[in-house]
Amino acid sequence: MATEEIDRYAIAAELFPNQPPGFPLDLDTFDLREIDFPRGNDFGIASDDDIDDEQDIQTESGFGSVIVVGNLPVVPPEKAEKLSAIVRKIYTQIGTIREGGLFMPTDSQTQLTKGFAFIEFSSPQEAIAAKEQTNGYPLDKKHVFAVSMFDDFEKYQKVPDEYEKPDPKSYQPAENLHSWMVDKLGRDQFVIRCGDMTEVYWNDGKRGRSDLVYQRQYWTENFVQWSPLGNYITTVHRQGAAIWGGPKWERLQKFAHPHMRLLDYSPNEKYLMTYSSQEPSHPKESMTVCFIVFDSRTSRKLRVFEGPADEYAVGTSATGGGALQWPVFKWAGGKDDTYFARLSKNAISVYQAPDMGLLDKRSLKLEAVQDFLWSPSEALISAYTAEQGNLPARIVLIKIPERTELRQKNLFSVSDVKMFWHPQGDYLAVKVERFTKTKKSTFTGFELFSIRDKDIPMEVLELPNKNDKVLTFAWEPKGHRFAVVHGDGGPRPSVSFYTMRDEKGKLSSVRLLGTLPGKACTHISWSPQGRIIVLAGFKSFNGQLEFFNVDEMETMAAAEHFQATDVDWDPTGRYVATSVTSINPMENGFKMWSFHGRLLYECSKDKLFQLSWRPRLPSLLPLEREAEVVKNLKSYTKRYDEEDEALLQQADADVLSERKAVIDEWQAFVDSKREFAALALAFKKQMFGARWEEKESRMEKVTAEQVLESKEEPYVP
Amino acid sequence: MRPYLLKGHERPLTQVKYNREGDLLITCAKNLQPCLWLSDNGMRLGTYEGHNGVIWTCDINIDSTRLYTASADQTVRIWELQTGKELFQFRQQEPCRAVSLSVGEGLLAFTADAFMGAQSMIHVMKLEQDIEQQSSKSILSIEAPRGRITRVFWSELNRCLVTSHDGGFLRKWDSETGQMLLEEKVHEDAIQDFQLSPDGSYGVTASLDKTAKLVDLETFQVIKTYKTGRLVQSAAISPIMDHVLLGGGQDASSVTTTASKAGGFEARFFHKIFAEEFGSVRGHFGPINSVAFHPDGKSFTTGGEDGYVRIHHLDADYFTAKFF
Repeated sequence: MATEEIDRYAIAAELFPNQPPGFPLDLDTFDLREIDFPRGNDFGIASDDDIDDEQDIQTESGFGSVIVVGNLPVVPPEKAEKLSAIVRKIYTQIGTIREGGLFMPTDSQTQLTKGFAFIEFSSPQEAIAAKEQTNGYPLDKKHVFAVSMFDDFEKYQKVPDEYEKPDPKSYQPAENLHSWMVDKLGRDQFVIRCGDMTEVYWNDGKRGRSDLVYQRQYWTENFVQWSPLGNYITTVHRQGAAIWGGPKWERLQKFAHPHMRLLDYSPNEKYLMTYSSQEPSHPKESMTVCFIVFDSRTSRKLRVFEGPADEYAVGTSATGGGALQWPVFKWAGGKDDTYFARLSKNAISVYQAPDMGLLDKRSLKLEAVQDFLWSPSEALISAYTAEQGNLPARIVLIKIPERTELRQKNLFSVSDVKMFWHPQGDYLAVKVERFTKTKKSTFTGFELFSIRDKDIPMEVLELPNKNDKVLTFAWEPKGHRFAVVHGDGGPRPSVSFYTMRDEKGKLSSVRLLGTLPGKACTHISWSPQGRIIVLAGFKSFNGQLEFFNVDEMETMAAAEHFQATDVDWDPTGRYVATSVTSINPMENGFKMWSFHGRLLYECSKDKLFQLSWRPRLPSLLPLEREAEVVKNLKSYTKRYDEEDEALLQQADADVLSERKAVIDEWQAFVDSKREFAALALAFKKQMFGARWEEKESRMEKVTAEQVLESKEEPYVP
Repeated sequence: MRPYLLKGHERPLTQVKYNREGDLLITCAKNLQPCLWLSDNGMRLGTYEGHNGVIWTCDINIDSTRLYTASADQTVRIWELQTGKELFQFRQQEPCRAVSLSVGEGLLAFTADAFMGAQSMIHVMKLEQDIEQQSSKSILSIEAPRGRITRVFWSELNRCLVTSHDGGFLRKWDSETGQMLLEEKVHEDAIQDFQLSPDGSYGVTASLDKTAKLVDLETFQVIKTYKTGRLVQSAAISPIMDHVLLGGGQDASSVTTTASKAGGFEARFFHKIFAEEFGSVRGHFGPINSVAFHPDGKSFTTGGEDGYVRIHHLDADYFTAKFF
């Protein structure tokens, strides 16, 4: 076999000049980041340089901590020392001046000082404080300090002397961000991250397959997140976040926030909030956290919240370990993205967009407030305040911005409270853990508020078995029912369904629809359209699934996705994806099910980290029209049924032709190897000679007799 | 399909191998005695006593008269297959792993692991007709790059040696000069097993990167990829059907932490051309370390980390059913 001698490394070196020594032979000897790409070709890897520019370089002894104090008296050398002592005295009150960090230049001819001094502090924060506090400080009548940051000089020098009119940017039509909504087949998209790849697929449940839309390696450094309406996908990088969208998945905006870790959108994706935290330099100090609110369309930084973590870790915003629970700032529901709030000590701080200031410049005082939630549909806060001495614990509903208390409920001997809003904001369920009389154990009850009804009536629900603990609770979206998983600590809990309405749809006392005892269920997931719920048993139940119709109270299908870790409904409620993510070392991948529990297809993806459906924009159809469509469903579906049928036939034909192509390809490979195999066979025959010929072989039973010992004995009659 | 369960080794199996006709089955394990079985009914015919370490692999000559074993006791031994008598041993300084007879059985290639500062090596020995004349001096020794060599084969009219490596590499060497002719990284992780098709034009690799791949033996081009989602320890090609058999499962060190079903210890059948799984055979309660098809394709054997060997005679419907 002739192999042409090609020195690949020499070619590489010729193609890519000016690379660090060692390139590309030995990856260990140089830093990958030093490699320059050829001009005009980035090999599909987006440059980080432009993001980097926005990041301050903060070396320890950088100029960020140097200030310039101007307007000092001009003095001869004998007085200079005294002046420098005065200046030093003023500034040591504000911060620590570095050793040799005070310098007062003198004119080499006149020996007089030049009237200004440089001072370097031990940290940029101190320098900023010094500038703010002493700018305009009157040393005497003639000399008023003019203090500025050293770094600012450069900035001011760059300002051109004459005003240049900026060129008006020509209008560039934006791509249609809603393009995915106009898919002819009405499919939904989902994104998966596996290994280094991030891939977006169409879910083609009808044909039992998924079609790749877009994929990119190293798209994100941590996770990806869809915006709440699905217009953007957000990627997370060391320098900040970036959003992408449109048919070509171009970058629409980037949001600089170094070392950001988490992000959250306002419900209508007008604003984006990012979070980063910094470990303290001294172990006794607390962690500092930083939140930034951006306008998601312009990427303008609207407000920065910064401070020690303790200030934000209040009540349920804190986990057991004192860490923050995301999201710290919660956005009000509804259509206008105006209010957001966070928990403070004994208060809820409500902020108002777009100026991001505190609403009415004061927080909402609530003694011992532990938790709050916004209604998903309006600016309505539900808050829980803990018991204090003789004062009872309280659940309050507060309307914003009026700050009126619409409803409140006192509770006694409470151990814990958790609130659950109905997805459309119709109801609020409050799960209350109360101490028994002996205070040794607790029992669970529910307080159910009907928000849409007059005076917000409230009902109390207790589980039939007092010892039962509630494991999970979930409201039915677009409905009046809820599901509770409860058990007394045994391996298999029960699932109960309750309704808030009577048969005619009128509000009535809460009613039990049915209980399914002994279910292998740890997790429940309602269809976004309601009616159907998936009962999933993860971990020790090995991923058992049950598709349950709550209207009929019957199981439609039971299945298993071995070792599954996640269940996700698509936004339309037609399909369910179950996935095994990399929490489990093996069998990573996902399965796609129809809503009634038929397995449509499966896909194995090693190192699957995340699967998430792209949300859909809300329907534009008015409710009446929607009801009419539902009523006359038959006449509407006819057309689509025909289309589906044609599609399926086409799909079958596609599969067959694909199979045939694969077989043909294989046959071509086998044919190309004929000669090779024939040669090898001939060679074997030649080498082995007669031994190669297969001998007649047959199985036969052989009876063998072996004499072990023979002894003669005299005959004794 | 009821398998024959052979309990001849109390330690994990390393390789199961049929002879040319398929009537005999040799099993090698981490205990010291390779076993000889009748493949039809699983009757044990005997053992080969003498090794002092793990027996990694073996090879059988075409007439089923000689057995060649490579062991971690730093020897490669030649046995009389029928009697179990040791005929010769090649003493090395390093543990030996893979062994392979050339076409015509004039030459023997085996590999030695990197050990005590020595590189991993491929040795080629000349085999004498008369065992009395056998020399233990190698006629060629090739020093290989870092990482152990898991399998070795003769290819292209004995002109080349093909080796599979720890780092996912396949390499081809000139069997006369020892020069490396071709190198290809086909896997992300170690290649644990490599078995050839009956005509020797392609082979199937089994890798810890949770895939098995069908590879053209001439160019090392990957033709098919079989994704399993679990570690693959061994793979075999059916001689009569377009099927590939994969064995493996969760790493033995973490087996006790999960349910046995979670381990994925089934032997799995894939369609060779469509690369889709269509069946599996359960039974082992530890990862499967080695799989082999009977040369007539009508039965197969698996050897597991649990120390058991299972001989499966495939049911009639396996041959008649249409899977695709």
